Amino acid sequence: MKPHPFDYARAETIDEAIDLLAEHGEAARIIAGGQSLLAMLNLRLLEPGMLVDITRIPELTNIREHNGKVEVGAAVTQNRLLAWPDLKEKLPLLAAALPFVGHFQTRNKGTVCGSVAHADPSSEIPLTLATLEGEVVLRSRKGTRVLAAREFQRGMLMTARRPDEVVTAVRFPVHAGQRAAFREVARRHGDFAIVGVAAVAAGDKVKLGVGGMAGQPAVREFSRGTDFADAMNTLAWELEGYEDMHASSRMRRDLLRRMGPLVISEALR
Amino acid sequence: MKQFKRDERPVIAVTLNGRRVSAPAEPRMLLSDFIRQALGATGTHVGCEHGVCGCCTVLLDGTAVRSCLTLAAQADGRELTTVESLADQDGTLNALQNAFRNNHALQCGFCTPGILMSFTDYLRRNPKPTEQEVVDVLSGHICRCTGYAGIVAAVLEATGTAAPKTGGKS
Repeated sequence: MKPHPFDYARAETIDEAIDLLAEHGEAARIIAGGQSLLAMLNLRLLEPGMLVDITRIPELTNIREHNGKVEVGAAVTQNRLLAWPDLKEKLPLLAAALPFVGHFQTRNKGTVCGSVAHADPSSEIPLTLATLEGEVVLRSRKGTRVLAAREFQRGMLMTARRPDEVVTAVRFPVHAGQRAAFREVARRHGDFAIVGVAAVAAGDKVKLGVGGMAGQPAVREFSRGTDFADAMNTLAWELEGYEDMHASSRMRRDLLRRMGPLVISEALR
Repeated sequence: MKQFKRDERPVIAVTLNGRRVSAPAEPRMLLSDFIRQALGATGTHVGCEHGVCGCCTVLLDGTAVRSCLTLAAQADGRELTTVESLADQDGTLNALQNAFRNNHALQCGFCTPGILMSFTDYLRRNPKPTEQEVVDVLSGHICRCTGYAGIVAAVLEATGTAAPKTGGKS
């Protein structure tokens, strides 16, 4: 299908974009890569009055390291981050997870921040950001807010972004030297995961992130020597999982019971 | 800043396969429709129109993207490369197209333009891919005729990582 008609603005600075959002409020939507948004527009799941294109704002195209975090601007595509020379060393969990994000063709256009802002509960980048306890940077006329990933993503496709705010960047804590592991089950490689599991280990501690079991990623910390089969069973019941056309909540619990211990052992190896 | 109302039809100018062309397009027009309907280049096909099938894949500034998940307005001033650019003026196929022909990598041909454009981008970045890497890129496309094996064989043949089949015309 074709999208419902909308006005289109191509902002050249962040200030232009936030002025438009201040003026149009909830009727305006930001478009960057558009790999989720345009599919939703074509299916007429959304009918915004205006799209504000931020892909040609030069200051949003940066990847930079600052204060132990890697800040990724809102116009940086997933494939550009995947090709960033320091990725494997500085952000090994992201290096493991990014190849699962969509397909080569959608990663060429889809942005890292767009994936976070879209907040699909089974999506890999929000899961990675939550597991690493990263941050989301938001800007409006009122100023800049920095939210922890867990404060930002509130539920299925729901975030703490206010209608007048633009996500300008996300920040991933550098975790060089930590061991990372990532696995997911999807109907087809590149599709949204049914359940995704991420882990990073430092010494005898392992941090586990689980996506696709609730409205937002769940993050837990465990120590080496824990009975992980038992811990994953407890976690599976705690998160419960949800039903959709791809999987029952029972199947989701079972996937976590199977993948959880595996991913933890890969990170603790 | 450029700003257009929903019923305006600003002129979108692009370079299509090396030629500068332009046509008016309302803001909601998809790049896939712009290429086919406004520019008349119908080699790019439209399948699912929500980014799943990959038929509409074109190169935007040299990178393979879904033209159905791109607005015509987003391509303004940029360079487009479509399947029409691959063969020579006299119709001589390029190496990748020839390998598709040799390996039965197409039957109805509907998905083929998109797949060719994906690998045109990918093979420039990774000229000697493994079979697994080819399969990974191909996961972004749906083909209902071939079962994919012929496509994988064709890409490997075109990159010289598999022996060419005999008997194919060139």
